Amino acid sequence: MAAADQTARPMIEIVDLHKSFGSHTVLSGINLKVPQGSTLVILGGSGSGKTVMMKHMIGLLKPDQGQVIIDGDDIVPYGAVQLEQLRKKFGMVFQAAALFDSMTVYQNVAFPVLEHRKELSEAKVRALVKEKLAVVGLSGIEERYPADLSGGMRKRVGLARAIMLEPKIVLYDEPTTGLDPITTDSVDQMILDAKRHLGVTSVVISHDIASAFKVADNVAFLSQGVIVEQGTPAQLRHSTNPALRAYLSTWFDLERRS
Amino acid sequence: MTAPIDTNAPPKPPNAVKQAIEGLGLTLGRLVEDIGGLAVLLIDVLRWTVRPPFRAANLFAQLDFVGVGSALIVALTGIFSGMVFAHQSARAFEMFNSEALVGPTVALTITRELAPVFSALMVTMRAGSAMCTELGTMRVTEQVDALETMAVNPVQYLLVPRVLAGLIMVPVLVMLFDAAGLAGGYFVSVLVKGVSAGTWLSRTQQWLDPEDIAEGLIKGAVFGLYVALVACFKGYHASGGAKGVGLATTQAMVMSALGIFVLDYFVGVILH
Ligand SMILES: Nc1ncnc2c1ncn2[C@@H]1O[C@H](COP(=O)(O)OP(=O)(O)O)[C@@H](O)[C@H]1O
Ligand SMILES: [Mg+2]
Repeated sequence: MAAADQTARPMIEIVDLHKSFGSHTVLSGINLKVPQGSTLVILGGSGSGKTVMMKHMIGLLKPDQGQVIIDGDDIVPYGAVQLEQLRKKFGMVFQAAALFDSMTVYQNVAFPVLEHRKELSEAKVRALVKEKLAVVGLSGIEERYPADLSGGMRKRVGLARAIMLEPKIVLYDEPTTGLDPITTDSVDQMILDAKRHLGVTSVVISHDIASAFKVADNVAFLSQGVIVEQGTPAQLRHSTNPALRAYLSTWFDLERRS
Repeated sequence: MTAPIDTNAPPKPPNAVKQAIEGLGLTLGRLVEDIGGLAVLLIDVLRWTVRPPFRAANLFAQLDFVGVGSALIVALTGIFSGMVFAHQSARAFEMFNSEALVGPTVALTITRELAPVFSALMVTMRAGSAMCTELGTMRVTEQVDALETMAVNPVQYLLVPRVLAGLIMVPVLVMLFDAAGLAGGYFVSVLVKGVSAGTWLSRTQQWLDPEDIAEGLIKGAVFGLYVALVACFKGYHASGGAKGVGLATTQAMVMSALGIFVLDYFVGVILH
């Protein structure tokens, strides 16, 4: 795979981002660039602030200090109306799917289209929902409610919903955690396809190092509120940072043994 | 350096007075914070009410839930309040031989006070608690965030229909309560206590003005707006999982119920 072109225009750029909740400091000076059309994987321990960082990229959280530059524009000062416009470029997959539990699977997946592309006929919407569900390997569950689905299925429905409007940037918060290996593979493939065919810029939070290194152009390791290491998968494998080495060692041991 | 912690030492006995004062301070602090938060949310809701798109389907669902869903319990509360109040008034006025005043007393009390206060309390209990829990669950399971990332404003999509439903439907329920309460009051006064039907009706008509009914409706609108706003505020800002949602709902119930009585006094004073 071609290494990411670091000179390409950054689609997402974070500059000196700080965020605390009350007295609890979560992020203390994040710097990060995601070139257009590339995939960045964020690694980091549980509770290290990966989700908090991702929510800043789409304006769900406001930083205490710093800049979040999307497509050349600092979104930190944006108000609700500007953010709404911005978010039409985004899709986001939540850690626990975040499906609307008062709606069926069909209503959930159709939701973005029914909101933003009112000109489409009902038949078109149905076909689109079916198509996106097929991408994540689901069919025939349109009339079921999220509560009746397994965790893995909910997650895939969340994925289908996130790609309904064919966004230019997709944020995945642990898209494969809790999925079986075959589904994990198909989600990885989906992330790769979206990049190759549609030029999508992706940010993926992952705990699965194997799949992270497969989809990533760049990997960033978050620890103690800062990005302690950032580079291509090959560069990160040979990093000397002790925290990162400790994080990766469990996986490398497994790989060596097999 | 941190002091070593002796895990075997018994905990210090709490100082009850100190705790009570601290508790009061915390409560007052939160009260001021909550009132500020409510005001901010009210402005936000108003702003998003007048901006298109208008979400008629969401509004009708909430009107149905708040209004139609609460109609039966409000009607029942109305009938029994009217009956109880007529019973007690009749007992009292019998002592002065002035049973003719039973009708007007019951009618004025119901329309001005009992109907708006009890209707709002019933709506708080039934609809407010459900609103708060639903919004809180949506918040802690990131459904509110999901809505935002799909470029749909959650205040407009979720809160505006609920607040409008409170504002519109509580006055409607007040009218229902008025009708049920007067019917219950008439029943007990005339059929049980033996007040003459002619006297009851003519005296009630003579004393009960449209302004009295209007006062109840205005109060109903204020209370309806308030309790829906409180339920939305507490639910929308819930945090900390299922436990946090439970806590938010409890706080919403207390804040709504107390607020109704406080507002009742001030609206009454302002109107007269
Ligand atoms: N809205 C919030 N309010 C308070 N604390 C929060 C909030 N969101 C996240 N946190 C805290 O920030 C820290 C990082 O959380 P998160 O980004 O979810 O971790 P992860 O890296 O596992 O995704 C955690 O300690 C969490 O408790
Ligand atoms: Mg997370």
